[in-house]
Amino acid sequence: MSNHRNATSLENPYLPNPARIIRTLPQIPDHQLFQIRFEKEEIAESFRHKPGQFVMLSVVGTGEAPFSISSSPTRPGNIELCVRRIGHVTDALFKLPPNALVGIRGPYGNGFPVEKMEGNSLLLIAGGLGMAPLRSLLWYALDNRAKFKNVTLMYGAKNPDDMLFKYELLNLIDRADVKCLLTIDKKDESEIWKAHVGVVTTLFDHVEIDPNDTYAAICGPEIMFKFVLDKLLQRNFPKDRILMSLERNMQCGVGKCGHCMVGYKYTCLDGPIFTYWDAINLPEMI
Amino acid sequence: MKIVKLPKENLAKFVSSLSSFGQIHAPVKRGEKSLAFGPVSDFAQIQLNYTRTILPLKKYFFKPIDTMFNFSAEKGYELPMEEPEQRNVFFGVHPCDIHGLKILDLVFSGRYVDNYYFARRNNAAIIGLDCIPDEFCFCRSTGTDFVDSGFDLFLSDIDESYLVRVGTSLGDDMVKATESLFRDIEKQDREKYKGKSIEKRESFQIQIQLQDLPGIMDLEYDSPIWEELGQDCLSCGTCSMVCPTCYCYAVFDELDLDASSGRRMRRWDSCLFKDYALVAGGHNFRAERSSRVKNRFFHKQRGFVSQYGRPSCVGCGRCKAYCPAGIDIVEVINKLRSEIRV
Repeated sequence: MSNHRNATSLENPYLPNPARIIRTLPQIPDHQLFQIRFEKEEIAESFRHKPGQFVMLSVVGTGEAPFSISSSPTRPGNIELCVRRIGHVTDALFKLPPNALVGIRGPYGNGFPVEKMEGNSLLLIAGGLGMAPLRSLLWYALDNRAKFKNVTLMYGAKNPDDMLFKYELLNLIDRADVKCLLTIDKKDESEIWKAHVGVVTTLFDHVEIDPNDTYAAICGPEIMFKFVLDKLLQRNFPKDRILMSLERNMQCGVGKCGHCMVGYKYTCLDGPIFTYWDAINLPEMI
Repeated sequence: MKIVKLPKENLAKFVSSLSSFGQIHAPVKRGEKSLAFGPVSDFAQIQLNYTRTILPLKKYFFKPIDTMFNFSAEKGYELPMEEPEQRNVFFGVHPCDIHGLKILDLVFSGRYVDNYYFARRNNAAIIGLDCIPDEFCFCRSTGTDFVDSGFDLFLSDIDESYLVRVGTSLGDDMVKATESLFRDIEKQDREKYKGKSIEKRESFQIQIQLQDLPGIMDLEYDSPIWEELGQDCLSCGTCSMVCPTCYCYAVFDELDLDASSGRRMRRWDSCLFKDYALVAGGHNFRAERSSRVKNRFFHKQRGFVSQYGRPSCVGCGRCKAYCPAGIDIVEVINKLRSEIRV
């Protein structure tokens, strides 16, 4: 073999693996949780991911898009994707019949640095659909509870009807080993909402955080990032203990197509989890 | 490295002999002024003294539009039956374009290997040819005016002959197949080659300093230059299409009329296109044209250095030569550096 010829790989990284949508759980309007299982049993059983990683999902005849994995690697077998109906791929996904065939490849991306986070407290801050990737981390922490100090979730939604995983999360409120703070932006008179009211940053008044033994993980709309970062920086959070999950246009998932490039990092390979220090060095990031 | 000599009167015979190694492709005329790499059946078609083809060689390995795999409602996703890739011999490839391919090799390899690219790349023989720069070339500044790898054979003009460097075992087979056409090199050939090297060095009309550019680009991240460029740029993507190292592509599904089968395709994309960083739901991370132009310059000259240790620009001059808005990369870099001399 000569010097400028490379071995081709046996695997084609672009080819999706067949999988079935085995269950669809409606969440809130235009949001559903899809439970997916690979057709090939050996793939279903061997598939392992880290919280924060994503898969590329193909709807036959429509196209492919990236989705963060909402299920925890501590509960393997099926993959759960929490999807908002927002583009042509998700629109087609919502129209599929039960047990429909889809294509899945992955997992891709760096995921949360869970090994590094072990032994520390966790502060999870989510807004809106941002709960989707953080749910994976939340259950990872709760299923490995002894490995972490305090576990706190702050999750904000516009109103109770916009809260993803609402009943699952409400059930955590009286659990003693996790502080689950749920808030809605504004309370309607008729509502029987008993948790917090106000934007997600108001929840900071209810927690004591030691920034030097805590990792903060943030995911939500861009506007939320800015306000949450302010709060964390006011508390002297080290910049590399603030982790953010970013969204970008991704068409290959494997660092080739270029679309998710931010500065000199591929969101699909080097991300989608970046530290705030990364963000400072990559001005386009937030 | 094995080095031999090919008298110029033997070139036609040698090139014709290469057809036993694959289909020969070389720079040929496309219209009055333009040149393109294309299949060659007659040596007389080959433009030996060309400066640049419109498109670089990437068009052969990373096709402008390409089928990735097929799909159907019943069978899901399936790779098409593998057709044996045709063997190709590319004759007359300039050093900048060889460097361009070496950069694409980096991008398409790594943790995830792009088999579509390498299946074709591995069936390609590269016969390089030295050149004299024109007013658009700045490959000396990018360190890509010479090559020491990435070719099977490399020909340098030393007046009556070509000095032929043999880069690979395949290249050696090509020489061996017509051994009687080649001569051993002598002292005067070595001196000629060195003289030619000086001649080439001195014929560059453009010199820019790139070594410390990443740091300067960080300093000039908020420069008004980007806004000005955004005003001039047409977002047409020509620079990306003609660039030997632009590799972005868009993926889309093409549905057959039966509405249940089709294929997943990819086609060249450009970071200058408006929808490049658009995500579902309508948020565009680079809605402003100036931010897209800036991103292209940053990726080539700043980002790629961080990722791979060198800029991805090879100084071929195509973006400057073909930009319909007259955006000149050399001028942009000099402006960023606050250098007036051009």
